[in-house]
Amino acid sequence: MTDTGRLIPRRRDMHPVPYDPEYKTSLTRSPNLPLLSLESTPSEETGPRFGHGLIGALDNNLILNFSKGAAPAIGERIRLHGRVLDENARPVPHTLVEVWQANAGGRYRHVKDTYFAPLDPNFGGCGRTLTDENGYYEFLTIRPGAYPWPNRGNDWRPMHIHVSVFGHSFGQRLITQAYFEGDPLIARCPIAATVKDRGQLDQLVAPLDMGASRPMDYLAYRFDIVLRGRRQTMFENKPEGM
Amino acid sequence: MVQKLGTLTETASQTGGPYVHIGCIPTFAGLPGVYPEDLGLSPIADGAKGEVITITGSIYDGTGWAMRDAMFESWQADGAGRYPGQPGADPAVNGFCRFAADKDSGEFTLRTVKPGAVMGHDGRMMAPHISVWIVARGINIGLHSRIYFEDEDNSADPLLARIEQRPRVDTLIAKRIAAGQYRFDIRLQGPGETVFLDI
Repeated sequence: MTDTGRLIPRRRDMHPVPYDPEYKTSLTRSPNLPLLSLESTPSEETGPRFGHGLIGALDNNLILNFSKGAAPAIGERIRLHGRVLDENARPVPHTLVEVWQANAGGRYRHVKDTYFAPLDPNFGGCGRTLTDENGYYEFLTIRPGAYPWPNRGNDWRPMHIHVSVFGHSFGQRLITQAYFEGDPLIARCPIAATVKDRGQLDQLVAPLDMGASRPMDYLAYRFDIVLRGRRQTMFENKPEGM
Repeated sequence: MVQKLGTLTETASQTGGPYVHIGCIPTFAGLPGVYPEDLGLSPIADGAKGEVITITGSIYDGTGWAMRDAMFESWQADGAGRYPGQPGADPAVNGFCRFAADKDSGEFTLRTVKPGAVMGHDGRMMAPHISVWIVARGINIGLHSRIYFEDEDNSADPLLARIEQRPRVDTLIAKRIAAGQYRFDIRLQGPGETVFLDI
């Protein structure tokens, strides 16, 4: 049996609704017309691969990668770690995971972010790594702050880290956000609430993982990521109906 | 009760947000120095076989505004229709590019080689095309589409053939504006809405 069949169709009901009146920007940026649903082709089943030569020694350490190790970023030190799996529960090895986030005060290092929480001179806010042969990844960072954003009258983003994952197929491409266990702003966030399935929203909340934390150093949060799988069958290369 | 399948559900997407560029193309976004260079600067290296082309365009929201904050990724075959990693693929084509609109003009440019036709699983040829994936604030799950070319024979392409409303086929076809230069605009909603794919 191979896992080189077609990509398993996306379950759109397990994803956020594209158009959600509580998230105002989605109103003018969501297609009105139905998506064209098709079986995947080699154009979606292939995808870019990135090698270890791409990754610098500090790339997955956001506490140090902006200052090149000269001085640590300010904030609550955390380790974000987990596995990248596919829908068949197989690990996705050697795939690129990228993250970006606000600093401990809730400010992004971006020209358009004018929130008056100060920039941290030692925090950039992006990192990347490759999963190992078991699909495992980890980042060392600081816990991002919550911040207000212009939407309804008084909306705040819960603490979150943006996560981008490639997989091995262009059709697996995924960007999501990791939230933190216990944050009361999750239940009030219109972006989190675009995910209507409660179980799926729960899967975006990283639990505190004391067993993976380091005494007197950092707390750990666990965030596993599931990408689309490919159909597993010995019949794959035969014409339909044969 | 029945046997447990043991399968998992894909993690829910979330919007890339307004600052997707600092995560994916930080140098472009004014956050240099973390990486030597941004990922996906070019899908080709010097010596790539085939016609070098540029595709320019804008992405419009439902009000007709050319968005400045989207990020695009493209994935394509080489000039002979082979994907990177496949036997005989052009080593000068890595096939992947990340790009974004200029903050002043609202236009993006993709410079690459024109891909060759690719054979589908059923043996039918897909007309030359570049796959694109679009993320931005307000886009809750990344949008897949394809760029085809006006000066290629698209008449037998299996995907284009599936578009019921024939005028919509044009939304996936880049217009030739000069030798090696194409225009491809994307409309997220409203008149001329681009065909997006669930594929």
